[in-house]
Amino acid sequence: MKIFVCVKPVPDTAAKIKVGGGASIDPAGVKFVLGPYDSRAASKAIALRDAAGDGSEVVAVAAGNPNKGESEARKRIKDVLALGADRGILIPDESYENRDPLAVAKALAAAIKNEGEFDLVFTGRQAVDDQAFSVGPMLATLLGVPCVTDVVGLEVDGKTATVKRAAEGRVEVLSVNLPCVITAQRDLAEEQYPKLKEILKANKKKIDTFSFEWPAPAYRVTELSPPPEPAAGKIVGEGPDAVPELVRLLREEAKALSF
Amino acid sequence: MASKILVVAEFRGGKFKKGALECVAEAARLKNSMGGGEVTALVIGGAAAKQAAASLGKQGADRVLCACADWLEHFNGDAYGRIAVAAAKAEAPSVLFISATLDGKDLAPRIAAALDVGYAPDVTKLVADGEKLTLTRPLYAGKAYATVVLETSPQVVSIRPNAVPLAESEGGDAPVSDFAVDFGPDDLASKVSSVEAAKSEKADLTEAEIIVSGGRGLKGPENFQLLEELADVLGATVGASRAVVDAGWRPHSDQVGQTGKTVSPNLYFAIGISGAIQHLAGMSTSKTIVAINKDPEAPIFKVADYGIVGDLFEVVPRLTEELKKAKAG
Amino acid sequence: MSEFRGVDFFLLDELLTDEELAMREAVRTFVDREFIDNRAIEEHHRAGTFPRDLPQKLGELGVLGPTLPDEYGCLGASSVAYGLMMQELERGDSGLRSFASVQGSLCMYPIYTFGSEEQKRHYLPKMARGELVACFGLTEPDHGSDPGGMETKAVRDGDGWVLNGSKMWITNGGIADIAIVWAKTEEDIRGFIVPTDAPGFSAPSIEGKFSLRASVTSELILQDVRVGPEALLPHSGGLKSPLMCLTQARYGIVWGVIGSMMAVFDEALRYTGSRTQFDRPLSSFQLVQRKLVMMHSELTKAQLIALRLGRLKDEGKMKHYHVSFGKRNNCKAAREVAKLGRELLGANGVCDEYQVMRHLMNIESVYTYEGTNEIHTLALGAHLTGHAAFRG
Repeated sequence: MKIFVCVKPVPDTAAKIKVGGGASIDPAGVKFVLGPYDSRAASKAIALRDAAGDGSEVVAVAAGNPNKGESEARKRIKDVLALGADRGILIPDESYENRDPLAVAKALAAAIKNEGEFDLVFTGRQAVDDQAFSVGPMLATLLGVPCVTDVVGLEVDGKTATVKRAAEGRVEVLSVNLPCVITAQRDLAEEQYPKLKEILKANKKKIDTFSFEWPAPAYRVTELSPPPEPAAGKIVGEGPDAVPELVRLLREEAKALSF
Repeated sequence: MASKILVVAEFRGGKFKKGALECVAEAARLKNSMGGGEVTALVIGGAAAKQAAASLGKQGADRVLCACADWLEHFNGDAYGRIAVAAAKAEAPSVLFISATLDGKDLAPRIAAALDVGYAPDVTKLVADGEKLTLTRPLYAGKAYATVVLETSPQVVSIRPNAVPLAESEGGDAPVSDFAVDFGPDDLASKVSSVEAAKSEKADLTEAEIIVSGGRGLKGPENFQLLEELADVLGATVGASRAVVDAGWRPHSDQVGQTGKTVSPNLYFAIGISGAIQHLAGMSTSKTIVAINKDPEAPIFKVADYGIVGDLFEVVPRLTEELKKAKAG
Repeated sequence: MSEFRGVDFFLLDELLTDEELAMREAVRTFVDREFIDNRAIEEHHRAGTFPRDLPQKLGELGVLGPTLPDEYGCLGASSVAYGLMMQELERGDSGLRSFASVQGSLCMYPIYTFGSEEQKRHYLPKMARGELVACFGLTEPDHGSDPGGMETKAVRDGDGWVLNGSKMWITNGGIADIAIVWAKTEEDIRGFIVPTDAPGFSAPSIEGKFSLRASVTSELILQDVRVGPEALLPHSGGLKSPLMCLTQARYGIVWGVIGSMMAVFDEALRYTGSRTQFDRPLSSFQLVQRKLVMMHSELTKAQLIALRLGRLKDEGKMKHYHVSFGKRNNCKAAREVAKLGRELLGANGVCDEYQVMRHLMNIESVYTYEGTNEIHTLALGAHLTGHAAFRG
């Protein structure tokens, strides 16, 4: 089986994000990590490869800035290699930040097509920075293969996969022909952390560079701003009679309810 | 300048999603601000969806296209995506809206990729200058907001549910016409074989969108039933303060706080929790915090966005009831 | 997910290789998941129990004897990487780090350095995997800072040996499968690999510790323990041999206590930032800031020392007195930092809901073992003056 895992360096979710200078975040003190969903995707891909046995491989793909010594994208590829993937592909991107997800999907599709046949492509369901939820379905569309998003279960039998999708309030079971694109929810795999031996091995694994002519963006971030100041806390009222007003505020002001 | 806006309206569980109605309403407002045009809604689904299709006129749809067949009753991204792309190509709108539900977020990128146009996901605010939209969307889990423009037409936008209002006054039904689907289930590489209601099994505390936590004010382990009921309505996970975990009322895995879990849900209910620093350490980054406590001086009110001072044994059942009503409504 | 992000005032991360950073991250995540997020370390500390699956888990992770070559099932990692691993373990608890220090530096190191090829092949891979646990018997009830005065004897018996004596304050003693026992023979001090199930060998636990409660500390009693010729570490000889082991372990402590300081500082900074008194956060008060700055300065200085020491070690230039400098300074700093942290947390600081008091209690052991502050002072004194003040 040939499996691709597309990953993205994202700021650690506990990082303090400072904005205010144009369309960029202040990178000082921000630690980049492998996205939590990307990490589950990688774990699942590696488990499938191990189960499939001979001749199977997992290839980690990321786009990112090639400069500044070891780029964040290269490091994230190494993270996946340390979890057990076989090799990596780095797509250099000079202006990585706020890159249009469609352009990223095009780059990934080109890199994957360049590799010939494949069985599965994994992405995280979303990157925790731009939260676009986009690259997986876009990539599938560009590759002309089916896509299932928010996947919490996956079994492969020959050229067919049985896929569980966690939709809103329901779980769908789909039967999907390979090749296909899967976007990983957390429950797709247990969280793995790399063994030290694998970290050392990862350093010796091959990371190829795939050059891509980046298209003009169709989606452009013109400015990043801090979130609106939260309104000061308030006592809605006393006793059960205050409840209807609370529910109204939660729905209309806080927009905290989905109904 | 007459503009065309296409809304892909999600029909699920026997009715249109609120987000879908909001998208239609927003499209109608946009049309008016642009001095006229046409709002077309695309409905994909089974017989029930077809039956309800005309009602989108009430939110401002001028016409409704219906791609409805029994085999399309269940969501399938590949099938729905293909239909939406075909409709977008046929209609050639300048703007395409879809609600940013999970299904919407699955479909919109497929549409944008197939049309080779820009897509702005999960938008919370839209400003129109003619046909050109300036969009606002939260990034980094709401720690930053991006102003975004799309350089292509159509501009594909998914709108976060509850971010835009419904129509102030309802209109009448809209005319419905069929949108021909030129493929069948056998032409697809993916097939939905079953759909089950999501298990009532709750999300882990650290991943829950909504948490309902209880403290010593609950007076005993049996009273956590009140919180379980509230949590069921909200699809929330129940948490606890250290005091009640130490008392053995709840398992340690439920504990929020310094030595328990650090959580950051969208919505956090602190019920009968005074708000010791150890507890605050684990939940103060929650997006919206609601406190219910009988002591108006309780420190939890200092971090709460909304507070109700009162007896939780009266307030919580009422809250459960009101939420049930709101959900049904 | 733990919010711990390390402390790196002087951008020392820029001096670490990606490999070293990745290994630190892996151990940090391990400690968070296995011991901190689930409160396991607090429970072990409270109950005074050793996490029995720790050896195997650490073995799987790869932190046992990681600097030894991979032909013996180890990693061939840099000394700095090893130091970072010890730092992260001790951020969880000194007991976790102590286990790894003893297994790797005090037991795998002498087998690697003084053992026969056969001994290395037999023991090291199993020890690296945590399948075989070892302890190190040097200190005796009457000979702590003065190990050369040891009374444990090894007498030739045919082609084997008979050992008699007792050892004290032995980390891992009660859970060990083998003990590296240092004993006087007619000629010299030699090291022996003693199976703990040998007749005459016992390891009663030392109870009532206020410190390192998640770690096993034992006495070793050897009564006519008979071992074959294969037990002798053939290349060991003289007090220098066990002291070489101690230099390795002390090196790990220099880094380990940085982890303790980070845990305490991180907790104190968060606490004083979120607790309000007199309508202001505690951290806005001058006296509180002074304490935080003192803690941070000690921590930062300790990091600079450890990193330089590690690079010297990897370049083969590290001397025992460099290690004495690091052990002396960093343990003293960690003790001070833990105390200040405890003060900053007020009454909450004495409860095990917070980590400070556990680190404060642990550091008392770490301050004392592997050469007290005084012994390292005198080791440095001897280096500077040429006069060994502790020898008669």
